[in-house]
Amino acid sequence: MELSVSLTVNGRRYDRQIEPRLLLVHFLRDTLNLTGTKIGCDTSQCGACTVMLDGVAVKSCTCLAAQADGSSVTTIEGLAPDGQLDRVQEAFWEKHGLQCGFCTPGMIFATKALLAANSNPSAEQIRHALEGNMCRCTGYQNIVRSVQAAAAAGAR
Amino acid sequence: MATTVAAPARIFGSGIKRREDPRLLTGTARYTADITLPGQLYAAILRSPHGHARIKKIDTAAAKAAPGVVAAFTGADTEGVLQCIPCAWLVPGSELKVCPYPPIAKTIVRYVGDAVAVVVADSAQQAYDAVDLIEVDYDPMPATVDPEQAVKPGAPQIHTEAPNNIAFKWTVSGGDIEAAFKKADIVVRDRIIQQRLIPTAMETRGALAHYLPATGELTLWNTTQNPHIVRFIMSLVCNIPEDRLRVIAPEVGGGFGSKIPQIQGDFITVFCSMKLGRPVKWIETRSENYQSTTHGRDHVQDVEMAATKDGKILGLRCTVWAGMGAYLSTAAPGIPTILHGLMLSGPYQIGAVKEDVYGVYTNTTPVEAYRGAGRPEATFMLERVIDRLADELKIDPVEIRKRNLIPPFDNGHDVVTGLKYDSGNYQGALDKALTHAGYAALRNEQAEARKKGRYIGIGVGIYVEICGLGPSQVAGAVGFQGGLWESAIVRFHPSGKAHVFIGSSPHGQGEETTFAQIVADELGVSVGDVKIVHGDTETTPMGWGTYGSRTTAVSGAALAVATRKIKEKAKLLTSHLLEAAVEDIEYENGKFFVRGFPDKSKTIQDIALMANVAWNMPQGMEPGLEATTFYDPPNFVYPFGAHIAVVEVDAETGVVQLKRYVAVDDCGHQINPMIVEGQVHGGVVQGIGQALWERAVYDDNGQLLTGSLADYAIPRADVLPDIEVLHTVTPSPHHPLGVKGIGEAGTIVSTCTVYNAVIDALEPFGVESIQMPLTPERVFNAMSKKGP
Ligand code: FES
Ligand code: FES
Repeated sequence: MELSVSLTVNGRRYDRQIEPRLLLVHFLRDTLNLTGTKIGCDTSQCGACTVMLDGVAVKSCTCLAAQADGSSVTTIEGLAPDGQLDRVQEAFWEKHGLQCGFCTPGMIFATKALLAANSNPSAEQIRHALEGNMCRCTGYQNIVRSVQAAAAAGAR
Repeated sequence: MATTVAAPARIFGSGIKRREDPRLLTGTARYTADITLPGQLYAAILRSPHGHARIKKIDTAAAKAAPGVVAAFTGADTEGVLQCIPCAWLVPGSELKVCPYPPIAKTIVRYVGDAVAVVVADSAQQAYDAVDLIEVDYDPMPATVDPEQAVKPGAPQIHTEAPNNIAFKWTVSGGDIEAAFKKADIVVRDRIIQQRLIPTAMETRGALAHYLPATGELTLWNTTQNPHIVRFIMSLVCNIPEDRLRVIAPEVGGGFGSKIPQIQGDFITVFCSMKLGRPVKWIETRSENYQSTTHGRDHVQDVEMAATKDGKILGLRCTVWAGMGAYLSTAAPGIPTILHGLMLSGPYQIGAVKEDVYGVYTNTTPVEAYRGAGRPEATFMLERVIDRLADELKIDPVEIRKRNLIPPFDNGHDVVTGLKYDSGNYQGALDKALTHAGYAALRNEQAEARKKGRYIGIGVGIYVEICGLGPSQVAGAVGFQGGLWESAIVRFHPSGKAHVFIGSSPHGQGEETTFAQIVADELGVSVGDVKIVHGDTETTPMGWGTYGSRTTAVSGAALAVATRKIKEKAKLLTSHLLEAAVEDIEYENGKFFVRGFPDKSKTIQDIALMANVAWNMPQGMEPGLEATTFYDPPNFVYPFGAHIAVVEVDAETGVVQLKRYVAVDDCGHQINPMIVEGQVHGGVVQGIGQALWERAVYDDNGQLLTGSLADYAIPRADVLPDIEVLHTVTPSPHHPLGVKGIGEAGTIVSTCTVYNAVIDALEPFGVESIQMPLTPERVFNAMSKKGP
C-alpha cells in the first residue's frame, strides 16, 4: 500500500507516492535526492539528520514522511540557494566549526533552533542546546564559538 | 611623500578559513552514501548473532524470493573468487599467526558481526527486509572475550592455527632491566585496563562498487583514509589487476583509524558488483558499524617501575595482553608493538625498559588503529606509574617529572628502545602549562577545598609521540607490508593557477587549505589559485594514506620539495627570458628578478604562461611547469607536549566534573594555527571520552552490549569545558618545513591527564586506581570502599 504525500521542501512542493514506513530522512535523501541531510545513527542519538520542519528543528529519522504530509521542510540545501551562505553557515566557516563536515548540517539547524528561541545564548546554554547533536571531530569548542559568532552577527 | 606599507603577513602560519568548508556547509559535498549510480542495487549483510558458532546450514531461498531481491550470496559463493583478507603488518620475531579471515564466514563465525550472507535488492529497504528471511542454523560454541583470560589453559580455542589464542608474542628491551630493578630503592606497580573503544566516526563505513564486465574494470567509492592501499589490497583479494581498479575516497566523514583497514563489507560489495555486473552500494547502519568496523585499544597491562628514593626512574617493565579481536585487521599487530613498545620511555631518561606483548585472539570485533594507536596506551602506562611513584615518595608529581625529563635537544636524541627522537623541549612545554594553569595556586585551592569537603584534583600528563610514519626502510624492517613515503605533483596551468595532486587522503583535517598555504608561501601565488586534489587513485600519484599524524609531516614535505623544484625551473626560465645569469636570479614574494634590478622581473604567473606556451625555452628545457616528488622521510617526527587537567569529584554522587583543561602542544612550525587548534580540541576530547565515558562491553558469550549509539557514550557538548590551547615551537630538524604532526597528540595524553586528576582528587580516600571509564558508579564505589 502506498500513500500520497505532499511536502514543501526548500520552498518547492513535491507530491509523491510513498511507503507508509518511509522515514522523513529517507524521503529527503532517497526520494528527493537531497543528500545534504546525513544519517549518523539508527537510534535517534546523533542529530546528523536534523532539519527544520515547520520552523522547528527535528531529527528527520524520528519522523515518518507521512507525518510530515502538508508540512514545510528546510534542509541544508535550502539555506544558501544562490550560493550566498547564511549567517550561521558563515559563522561556522569563520570559527572553524567543522572538520569532516558530517555533523554540520544537523549542527546548523540545531543552532538555528536555539537562536530562534534565544538570540544571545551563553556558552553553557549553547552546549546544553547542542547535547542532542554529536560531533566526533571538533570537540565542540569551535562549534560553540560558531554559535556565539552567529548570534553576534544577528543570526536568527 | 613616503608611505610605509606593512609587509604582507606570511601565509604560512596564518589561520585562514578552510577552502573545503563551503561545500560542507551547504550540503553539496558528496560522501559515499550520497552517491547514486543508474541501475544501482543495494546490499544488506547478514551478520552473526553469536560470538562463536559453527554454521550448520544456511537457507537463502526465502530471501531470494522476496520482493525486489536480485541475489543472495553466502561464503560458499565466494569460494575461488575472493581470497582471505590479508594482514599487512607482519611484526618480525613475534611468531605471528595470521589465521584465515574470509570476507564471508564459511564454516565458523568468530565474533558477533562476522558476515554470513548478503542480499542484493533494488532498494535498501528490500535488502534489509530480505536479510531477515535468511535462515541460518548455528551450533553455538563457548566464546572468550578477555585478552588475558583467552590465553589461559582451558579457554575456548578460536583458531586451530593459533594455540592458546596467541596471535603473536613480541618483546622489546633496552638497557639492563634486571640491574635496574636490583638497584632500585622502590618499585611501584599497577595493573591498567586500557578498555576497548569504538571509534565512532560520525559517518559509518560503506562502499559503492561498479564493475564493468565488458572491460573488467571496477570503480570503488569507499569510506577510506587510504585509497591507494585499498586498491592494492582489493586487487589481491578480488583478483582485479590494479590498472583496472579505481578507488575513490569521496568526502569522508572522519576516520580516526577505523577507515584504514578494508573490512568484510568492502569486499562483499565488490564481490556482488562483480557477480551482477551492476553498481552495488552498501552503507553500514550505526549498529552494524559497531559490530563490523574495527575497534581500538583493549589492553590489559601489568607494569612496574623501578626508581631511587629521590625519584630517579631506573627502569620500566611490563607485560601486555593486547586483544586483537577474532582476526588480525590490516595494521593491528603493529599497534601494541612498534607504535607502543618503542615509545615506552616517553619523554624521560629511563635507562632500561622491557615489555612483553601478547597479541591475543578473542571472539570480538577486530581491533585496528584508533586515534593515537598504541601511543596513548604507552603514555598512560608511563604517566600513571610516575604518579604512583610520586605518591609513594611524597614528591610532587610535577617535581618528579622534572627530575627525569630528557633535557632540551634540537637535533637528535637516542632513547633506550633504539629510536632517535628528532627534537624536543619537554621542560619548556611543561613550564608553559604550569604557568598558564597557575599550578601552585591550584594546589592551594585544592588544599582549601579539601578542608571544606570538596575534592578537587589536578592531573599532569607529558607525552612525546612518534608520528610522520615514516622511513620506508624502517617500515620494511618492522614488518609493514608497504612503504610509508608520500608523493605530490604540482602542475601550473598557463593562467598561473595550479593543481596539486597528492597521494594521501585527508578526511576532515583541512589539508586542502594548509597544502595550498604551502604552495602559496613557497611560490607567491594566492591560496585561492591552488587546488589540492586527493582521494582518487586514477588522478593522484601513489601514496600510503592519512593516519598516524603523517599527512602534513610526510605528504606536506613532498609538496614542499615539489614546489622548490618548480622554483628552480622558474629561475632557469627567468634567466633565459631576461638574458641574465641564473646565479643572478633571485626570488622574493612571487617574483623572480635580476639581483640589483628588482624591476627586471617575472612573476610565477609569467613563468607559468611562458613555460606552457614554450615559445622561447632555453636549449634542452622541457615545456610545462610541473614537478613531481616522491618523499621518503629520513626519520619520524616526534611532537610532544604537557597537559594539565583540573577536576572536581562530587563525594555524594561520584560524578567527575572536568573544570579546566590546559593543553600545551609542540608540533613544530604551524602552517595554520586555527586548524592546529581544532585538531587539539578534537583529539583532547576523544581522549577524555576514554577516561570518563567510553567502553565497549562484551558479555561472556561475545555479545556486544554497547551495540549502538544509545549504549556507547561518546562525549557530548554539554559535558565538556573549553580546552585552553597553547603551544611551544620546536621545529623538526629534518623536515623541509620544520613541521611535525598534530592529529593524535591530544588523544595520546588527555586520557591519562584526566585520569591522574581524578585519582589526585581522591587522594584523601586512599584510592589508587579505578578502571576506566571513570563513571560516577565506579568513582563512588571506590571512594566508599576506602572513605576519607
Ligand atoms: S540519524 Fe542520528 S539522530 Fe537521526
Ligand atoms: S565535523 Fe566531523 S563529526 Fe563534526
